Amino acid sequence: MTGFTGSIQLVYVVAAACFVMGLHLMNSPATARRGNQVSIAGMVIAGVATLILMIHDGTVTTTGWIVLIAGVAVGSAIGLYTARGVQMTAMPQLVSAFNSVGGGAAALVAIFGYIDAESKAGGVLGTTTVFTVLDVLIGSVTFSGSIIAAGKLQGFISGSPIIFKGGRLLNVALGVVAIGTAAFLFSTASLPALLILVLAALAFGVMMVLPIGGADMPVVISLLNAFTGTAVAMAGFVIQNWALIVAGALVGASGGILTKLMADAMNRSLANIILGGFGTGDSAVALDAAVDAQVRSIAADDAAIQLAYAAKVIIVPGYGLAAAQAQHGVAELAKILEERGIEVSYAIHPVAGRMPGHMNVLLAEANVPYPQLREMEEINPEFGRADVALVIGANDVTNPAARRPGNDISGMPILDVDQAKSIIVIKRSMGTGYAGMENELYFDPKTSMYFADAKKAMSELASAVKTLVG
Amino acid sequence: MSTTLVTDLTIFILALLVGIEVIGKVPATLHTPLMSATNSIHGIVLAGALLIGVSAHNVVGYVLAFIAAVFAAANVVGGYVVTGRMLKMFRRKVPAQPAAAQATAPELNGKTRAGDAR
Repeated sequence: MTGFTGSIQLVYVVAAACFVMGLHLMNSPATARRGNQVSIAGMVIAGVATLILMIHDGTVTTTGWIVLIAGVAVGSAIGLYTARGVQMTAMPQLVSAFNSVGGGAAALVAIFGYIDAESKAGGVLGTTTVFTVLDVLIGSVTFSGSIIAAGKLQGFISGSPIIFKGGRLLNVALGVVAIGTAAFLFSTASLPALLILVLAALAFGVMMVLPIGGADMPVVISLLNAFTGTAVAMAGFVIQNWALIVAGALVGASGGILTKLMADAMNRSLANIILGGFGTGDSAVALDAAVDAQVRSIAADDAAIQLAYAAKVIIVPGYGLAAAQAQHGVAELAKILEERGIEVSYAIHPVAGRMPGHMNVLLAEANVPYPQLREMEEINPEFGRADVALVIGANDVTNPAARRPGNDISGMPILDVDQAKSIIVIKRSMGTGYAGMENELYFDPKTSMYFADAKKAMSELASAVKTLVG
Repeated sequence: MSTTLVTDLTIFILALLVGIEVIGKVPATLHTPLMSATNSIHGIVLAGALLIGVSAHNVVGYVLAFIAAVFAAANVVGGYVVTGRMLKMFRRKVPAQPAAAQATAPELNGKTRAGDAR
């Protein structure tokens, strides 16, 4: 390492430090915006260092500059346009799309590095091959897998698990091809073999995500996020760039942690989710304890009376709320209740939404102040003091059956909604949730069911409360 | 095993540990912005994409450089913009009037900073 490239590496370390500090500032909503700015500063520093390196090197051709400038301009415009226009409900798709292009770019960096090294005397170095193979493999899987995930979330591809005959056999075949070509590459430098590896990995990415159900997307997105990070870190090894190594490792760690959190919150192992086929909804389980029990149905006025005369209300939002676009209606109702001096908070289950923390963003967009958004562990002890728990579009995460062994959701962390003094569940029908199980909460004598579309229910409740209290 | 490789691996492992430490402290409320922020951070691959240009001297090289630059630039710019947009929505207090949200924004920021302890 010459003095010059050494100095540039140090500048990259400064950029990497900015990324770490930026992430550190995200430990509170109050400082998170500054965190994002620090992170941007790091990116600008890394960008400038790269430009200096390129100019100093002096081998970038005029065509090269034009191509790169055009590429950056086009990419920035696309990024800016989508980021500005995207709906908050569509965040998971966007994150998936960015995972895809990030993984794709990382794979391209390694592929070019390979082509370039092969054309020179001495061919490709031994240890570099390991990182090239890993980068190409992980980057390509992420690229195609994330496109499928985004397509599923956006509705271009069916959200239900897509399984076809021989799918698993094809996966095994692709795995054998990938491992075979990888092994071959360690002994022989061969560009065609590398391209076969790319194709096998791309196909594997598609095959990996297709059989996974829409409701498992929080796990899939987190996992693909971890993959992208790892691919970028591997690209860092290939081109010996510390900024890529550090940034990639940070993202890999983050994606890994979120993957584990999501899988735990769904009470499923990662292997179980990846092997797929779950969430088809046709595996209706016979209900055991409460088979003959009746549910109590109420109208908007009754629900409004309960809410208007409560002292403490906990709202439990689920994905059904976001699907019905009712988040603004909920915030409006909460505001009316608060004006009456009622304490309102929101109990957010980790998997309420289509990606980690998604529900918080949707409610923040509806102007719900963040101190009211409470995590599961934090709010669970408070249900006992709540006069009304208002469950909107959430199902399995409120089912007390999870506390008992011997059923599909046993051991799944749930919100202790049944501890509240009374419970109002807003739901369109008695249909089962994602786990295909009856929710025992609905048969609780304290529970009243208010059958309506979440958005309509919110405006009805709001006007009923207003009329009631003048 | 070369010194460079050992250095690179050391940096990788340490960064991984720092990442686990720092990310573990991010509250669940911010997990979506966190994922979006890390998304923009892996946009650092733009540096790698640009450096393709140093040795790209034929059509294949130029095409790969162009695609990689488009991908990585979209990743960086889009990631940071959307993260900023999301974080702006997290407010400690309800804005007085939705229509007047713009006017009260600086005041709210001040309050938010003062209440770092959450």
